[in-house]
Amino acid sequence: MLFFSFFKTLVDQEVTVELKNDIELKGTLKSVDQFLNLKLDNISCSNESKYPHLSSVRNIFIRGSTVRYVYLNKNMVDTNLLQDAARREAMSARK
Amino acid sequence: MSMDTPLDLLKLNLDEKVFVKLRGAREMTGVLQAFDSHCNIVLSNATETIYELVDGELKSSTKGSEMVFVRGDSVTLITTPSD
Repeated sequence: MLFFSFFKTLVDQEVTVELKNDIELKGTLKSVDQFLNLKLDNISCSNESKYPHLSSVRNIFIRGSTVRYVYLNKNMVDTNLLQDAARREAMSARK
Repeated sequence: MSMDTPLDLLKLNLDEKVFVKLRGAREMTGVLQAFDSHCNIVLSNATETIYELVDGELKSSTKGSEMVFVRGDSVTLITTPSD
């Protein structure tokens, strides 16, 4: 639930998603769900010469399980708030 | 008396530099900002190292990022850096 909430705070911001097949997509995060599936708008492919099949696509849904990394800017994240949320999550996860 | 679970120990590494081993001959160091029970993590000031065999020779490349979310299913271990 922690990262679901985390990604919800990043909606409408520009992120770069690296998939497990090495495709890198930069776009505006439009939506996220509990599986961390993502919807990106206005995407551009950072390594387009390698993967030309995505060059005409503007709007995509990414299955969460295919994501390797999501690159963010430092100023998008309140690190103190995030660390506290992680501590609280760790506390509530142990039953 | 409550026993700490392995993930409780990760709490002690929050705001500290960690070394993360990943699937696909990848490693990442950075400051741990968050984690959950799936080992999804967020690192700041992260450096990723990718190891590759090119004509039988080990090559490594690095890539830095100021803030990155790593999906837990790629994570194999998390520890404190050796240096």
